[in-house]
Amino acid sequence: MSTTVQVSTADVLPETTVIRSWKTPIALAVFVVLFAILLLAAPEPGESTFRLSTQADAIQLPELVMPVMATAWICLALMVLLTLASVFFVRSFGRSPRWIVIVYILIFVFGFLTWAAAGAAIPVPGLLAGSLGLAVPLIYGALGGVIGERAGVVNIAIEGQLLAGAFTAAVIASVTRQPLLGLLGAMVAGVLVAFILAAFAIKYFVDQVIVGVVLNVLVIGLTSFLYSQVLQPNAAQLNTPPRFDRVPIPLLSEIPVIGPVLFRQTIIVYIMYFAVALVWFGMFRTRWGLRLRAVGEHPQAADTVGIKVNATRFWNVLLAGAIAGLGGTVFTIGAGIAFNKEMTAGAGFIALAAVIFGQWDPIKATLAALLFGFASNLQNTLSVIGSPVPSEFMLMLPYLVTIFVVAGVVGKSRAPAADGKPYIKG
Amino acid sequence: MSTTTTKTDLTAADAPPPSKWHQTFLKITQGNAIISVLAVLLALIVGGIMIAFTDEDVQEASAYFFARPGDTIAAIWDAVSGAYVALFQGAIYNFNAPTFARGIRPLTETLTFATPLIAAGLGVALAFRIGMFNIGGRGQMLMASAAAGWVAFGLDLPWGLHMLVALIAGLAAGALWAGIAGVLKARTGAHEVIVTIMLNYVAFYLISWMLRTPGLLQAPGSSNPKTPGMKDTAIFPELFGPQYNLHFGFILVIAATVLVWWILNRSSLGFKFRAVGENPNAARVAGINVKSMYVYGMLIAGALVGLAGVNQVLGTVTTGFSADIDAGIGFDAITVALLGRSTPWGTFAAGILFGAFKAGGYAMQAAEQIPIEIVTVVQALIVLFIAAPPLVRTIFFLPSPERDERRREKARQKALKAEVMADAQHEEAAK
Repeated sequence: MSTTVQVSTADVLPETTVIRSWKTPIALAVFVVLFAILLLAAPEPGESTFRLSTQADAIQLPELVMPVMATAWICLALMVLLTLASVFFVRSFGRSPRWIVIVYILIFVFGFLTWAAAGAAIPVPGLLAGSLGLAVPLIYGALGGVIGERAGVVNIAIEGQLLAGAFTAAVIASVTRQPLLGLLGAMVAGVLVAFILAAFAIKYFVDQVIVGVVLNVLVIGLTSFLYSQVLQPNAAQLNTPPRFDRVPIPLLSEIPVIGPVLFRQTIIVYIMYFAVALVWFGMFRTRWGLRLRAVGEHPQAADTVGIKVNATRFWNVLLAGAIAGLGGTVFTIGAGIAFNKEMTAGAGFIALAAVIFGQWDPIKATLAALLFGFASNLQNTLSVIGSPVPSEFMLMLPYLVTIFVVAGVVGKSRAPAADGKPYIKG
Repeated sequence: MSTTTTKTDLTAADAPPPSKWHQTFLKITQGNAIISVLAVLLALIVGGIMIAFTDEDVQEASAYFFARPGDTIAAIWDAVSGAYVALFQGAIYNFNAPTFARGIRPLTETLTFATPLIAAGLGVALAFRIGMFNIGGRGQMLMASAAAGWVAFGLDLPWGLHMLVALIAGLAAGALWAGIAGVLKARTGAHEVIVTIMLNYVAFYLISWMLRTPGLLQAPGSSNPKTPGMKDTAIFPELFGPQYNLHFGFILVIAATVLVWWILNRSSLGFKFRAVGENPNAARVAGINVKSMYVYGMLIAGALVGLAGVNQVLGTVTTGFSADIDAGIGFDAITVALLGRSTPWGTFAAGILFGAFKAGGYAMQAAEQIPIEIVTVVQALIVLFIAAPPLVRTIFFLPSPERDERRREKARQKALKAEVMADAQHEEAAK
């Protein structure tokens, strides 16, 4: 859109073709203006308090007390500087480095929080821990989505896989009283849903979006039916899942602020850390990942060099299902909550949004999921301390951001070339 | 050369011509209609298995299955037949009713449930024909319900005009909400599946906020997230008097079906739609403005889904609505359109079938304590089976066109090979 490509009229393109993308500085400038309007229209007097430690921490940090308007204006000034820096980088190098955006977002969030929490205290570790808690199923779902789509199979059924995982984990853990078996059961459930997706999409060439949508309906119907018909009458035996204990990691969990957030968690979260690292490493550093990306980008080429395209897709969709199913456990045995109808409440679709926002990259998708988790938990915290922003608008944020991203207003998001297209050999 | 041609003629003539009966048999067993019927049958069988497995009497009887297997089979029969009889009586005709007027009431209920399903299904089907996937039914319905509802309870207009204004407001809101996805696809190439899914949630939270904000949609003097009731001047009239729920919306939906049929099959716009749906590149080469077709298509599709939303607030739930007014119809509409194979009258029929499932499902829940969600499962299974005809053919041992094709191809290859061999021998002999 706002790219300028210098195309020479000669038959050879010059070596120094510069593609300038002005999207980043424009987006940053828009948020500067929005924040300035907010501050001018609704100034909040007083001070905001950030609590950095909980009573349980070994190292106690003092509370951070900030004067609202001064802090907010300083943040705004920093944001203006970063926008100018971004303009400078685009002018001289053609693109704006990513650290500018990250620092910008951090400053913006801090300034916004200071403004929104005027006259109240924000428990920072609680806010972050809650965000991570909400983000964990999104991250698992997004990892599953990334693997599937990199292999060329669009997975709209993440929601169904999460729900199936949550259901199976609750039932198996309740019957056996072993939460670890629940984890295993959730993976199997996710694989089963993925198997239907793979069978219909790869063997019968049914449109992948259609299968995904129908699978969501099927899993919602199936789990709700079994819940009403079987679980509810026998809730004591079948639907009282035990919960995973939090396992603090010695030393690491004593780091101020991030220690309790990252290292005082359940085993599901620790598995997630490994899963993210493994998927990233596997996808970009191993033979498995190369083949996976090859069948998703150019199946004909992959077939020509002897990779079995449909078999590769099939197994990777199953793997993705196992990971997404694991994410469903967070809803039930992760918190010791009984299963309920449609309890995932659209988390699968936010995970899908994270896949796209994260540009089909495991690490970026994880960061996107964390951001979405933070946005929804921020809404919880703000509604507790009584903020001027209606909570619905905070909840809307992930979806709006995704629309902007796919429309190319903010950043650029390109799907794997053969994503969603069945491969018919011949 | 001449010898080879005569030989091919010979081999073609040697093969016995396929009999007319066989051809008719193939046409029936390989056609779309039989697949649809078998898919419904298969889904009902799976539903029956689920009912049987979760039924308490069956579980009790199966405990001594090897001692008296008859008990288990009888219990299964009781559970499954009881459920499906209740489903039928709740959807078509209740034989236990004292009068015909009461007995036929389930059928009118079916049509009432079918009304929004058909309207939303048409919206999804139309988008399908342009090659677009409209998953945004929920958001479009919510926006249309909110707009129509706001006009219906907020304005004071004479009877008839009020209804019309509310209807138009609803259609416009649905069209605009879907139009966002159309414009984004046309301008930036944003995939409409993602945009419509995200717009669903944006609409949901927007409506939730409006419902709890006094002065927007919330009923005055109430703290519930619910609107006031619709004014009588805006409510759709009942078609057969107060003892039936069927309302004027059904007539509107028939009109919408005719309109969509006319657009798709008789108008130049519909021709362009279908051309873009078949092959956007070819359509562009032929001089069709593909981008504006995406926008127009989504606008019309959104208005049709909007009609479903208007139906809900002016016809079915007239006492005020909350954020769950869409009642899952936006998603059911996708299955309706798929079952109807994206044709207007197919969608109409599919909508009535799913309306029957819904009406019967509630009766089944009341009579046999079988949760209504079984209907969702059966609907999803129907669509899955219909989407994969080879699977259904395999299950019912039907001849498949692909397999026949393969066999014919194999036979042709064989004949060709034999011919070449014969030719070679012939030449050798001539030498």
